[in-house]
Amino acid sequence: MSEQPSMKKLNMIEAINDALDVMMERDSNIVVMGEDVGYFGGVFRATAGLQKKYGRTRVFDTPISECGIIGVAVGMGAYGLRPVPEIQFADYIYPGLDQLVSEAARLRYRSAGEFTAPITVRSPFGGGIFGGQTHSQSPEALFTHVSGIKTVIPSTPHDAKGLLIAAIEDNDPVIFFEPKRIYNGPFNGYYDKPVEPWSRHPAGAVPEGYYRIPLGKARVVREGEAMTVLAYGTMVHVAQAVLAEKGVDAEIIDLRTLVPLDIETIKASVEKTGRCLIVHEATRTSGFGAELSALVQERCFYHLEAPIERVTGFDTPYPHSLEWAYFPGPVRIGEAVDRLLKA
Amino acid sequence: MTDAGSLRMTEASRSNLPPLELHVPEPRFRPGDAVDYSHLVIPQAGAQARPDEGCAASETHPLCLDLVRVLGEDHRAVGPWDPKLDPETLRRMLRLMALTRAFDDRMYRGQRQGKTSFYMKCTGEEATSIAPAMALAGDDMVFPSYRQQGILIARGYPMVDMINQIYSNKADKLKGRQLPIMYSAREASFFSISGNLATQYPQAVGWAMASAIKGDTRIAASWLGEGSTAEGDFHSAMTFAAVYNAPVVFNVVNNQWAISSFSGFAGAERTTFAARAIGYGIAGIRVDGNDPLAVYAATRWAANRARANGGPTLIEHFTYRAEGHSTSDDPGQYRSVQERSEWPLGDPIARLAAHLEALGEWTQEAHAAMDLELAEQVKAAAKAAEANGVLGHGLHHPFRTLFEDVFEELPWHLKEQSEQAIRERRIKWPEWKEEDS
Repeated sequence: MSEQPSMKKLNMIEAINDALDVMMERDSNIVVMGEDVGYFGGVFRATAGLQKKYGRTRVFDTPISECGIIGVAVGMGAYGLRPVPEIQFADYIYPGLDQLVSEAARLRYRSAGEFTAPITVRSPFGGGIFGGQTHSQSPEALFTHVSGIKTVIPSTPHDAKGLLIAAIEDNDPVIFFEPKRIYNGPFNGYYDKPVEPWSRHPAGAVPEGYYRIPLGKARVVREGEAMTVLAYGTMVHVAQAVLAEKGVDAEIIDLRTLVPLDIETIKASVEKTGRCLIVHEATRTSGFGAELSALVQERCFYHLEAPIERVTGFDTPYPHSLEWAYFPGPVRIGEAVDRLLKA
Repeated sequence: MTDAGSLRMTEASRSNLPPLELHVPEPRFRPGDAVDYSHLVIPQAGAQARPDEGCAASETHPLCLDLVRVLGEDHRAVGPWDPKLDPETLRRMLRLMALTRAFDDRMYRGQRQGKTSFYMKCTGEEATSIAPAMALAGDDMVFPSYRQQGILIARGYPMVDMINQIYSNKADKLKGRQLPIMYSAREASFFSISGNLATQYPQAVGWAMASAIKGDTRIAASWLGEGSTAEGDFHSAMTFAAVYNAPVVFNVVNNQWAISSFSGFAGAERTTFAARAIGYGIAGIRVDGNDPLAVYAATRWAANRARANGGPTLIEHFTYRAEGHSTSDDPGQYRSVQERSEWPLGDPIARLAAHLEALGEWTQEAHAAMDLELAEQVKAAAKAAEANGVLGHGLHHPFRTLFEDVFEELPWHLKEQSEQAIRERRIKWPEWKEEDS
């Protein structure tokens, strides 16, 4: 019997900071870099205190060049380091795409394993903060479409720490998207009501020290019989609140890792409930929901009692003033739940 | 081919070498530090040569490592770069800079009062947009970054329209879609601001190339901060401009700070930003960005050169970001507050006012009266804009506009989503009518 680790209450930023701290302490090959991550500690404070503790050659600011940040991370990985670069907003990742898609993702394959890219690219993503089209996007499907990159999205401080540690230890390139809307508390989509802080949420309790949550393992947030809900990031909390309000006995699955996907958990749940609701904030067309829908249809067709429902952001750039009309909130989810139950 | 023996030899011979060291830049001053700028070389005003506008690019290259200055310590305009503007024009320049500052002050307060989500001031950098806007032709196409609100103000773009955009209200010409201050004003030859960094630089080159393809007489100009010169787009723009001798003026506003990263993280420890021009073989000028006359003269030089098919010029404006990066920033966390007060190149508004006073064309009383008048002007514009709504209080563009302009025509899937958005409104607010949205 192992001893229970002591727990502390952390918000998601603190949990990410803690994961970086724990890993930097354990492994001197880990370096953290990105715009404003050094002395300042990051615009969201995720790297606060790390430069002071580990020095300027392990935690440092970079030029404003996403191509450069990811490209040098690939080179550092080739040397044997384990870089954890930060891209300040997911919306700014595109100049780094060639280095991610053509280089990091394929390095193992094209060199037959001679070289690898054990890098974890952290980046805040998602909307709900009036950030307009350059601070709100959810581009996860661009990365799940690329062979050779793992895509991880936590939804709680507890998971953020354990998943980030697993991502850093993973020998393949990982995109680690942090839902910035829930950095401080589990925002549930009711934008006109106050958000409770993580300190009052059970998943705000984070074990001290090292622990990992394996990549590729989903979390069953709530067991239920009426339908299966597949979600990740902020939308886990939104879906949970809506289904609770409607009194639906739903099984809610937080995917946590999009690639590799925990297909077994999904399959077992849909076979049990016979109904499937997929929720993501990203735009609909060719979103990750399309992949989920195809998989569920291919593997659970004879168990389905209703057409699969997808609830997503609209196929427009992220707007500013009409942010809440865009956001897949309680009304949109509620309609889909009603359709699923009536079918 | 290397055999195993020679590999071992190499390892053995390396044992005498010192370990490699990574250099990570660190600014001179952090919070609480006393600031001493004596390391900055500030050449005397008027001491810089002004080559002919049609010169070989290489003749400008000494200017890339110098600092073109016109206004001296005695507030007189001196030297070959003095643009010799008449007092009326100088007063107009002063007024436009002061109006930009008054606008910034009011909009910053508006954000703090919850009228919008975000704002960015250009305090201390007003000369780098007002003076170029005055030196360019009104229909030269500008591709700005996010801190050139002065261009719109100088071009007489209605202030109410600027504020409508900032408040994302029902009269916002951009339909509430963009983050505040990401203006677009085609009528003012002002390209849509992206928010992504340096993307506008190659676009300016493309516009300039198109103007040359069509035998037009208009040129393009673009702006970015020194931090953004690290982006690949900057270097692509330089290469294309050099290759096609494009009629474009590149402005690098070196305000020393990119959020919390000082200019050393863009390469300032090694050389100047103007010196990028040397490598690309184009003309370059480094100018005192807080000297509006020097900025005006450098822009005029570059614009005349471009218009005469002399090709691109890169101008580095050496200035200081007196305030935070944006309303989301707290510069007290990473830099010394003394930096602003000790900045050796002063404040552009104060310097131009002192120059006009030295000419006997301005008084402190006139300045105080102007400031009051401009504050009133901005206040009136803000009130007029507030009548159209502020962010988050219901007065926004109709819901269906969310789906317009994704494409020229609405495809079936956006039609469906538009109907869904309207339906969602009716579910949430049964009394709601589409026409009141």
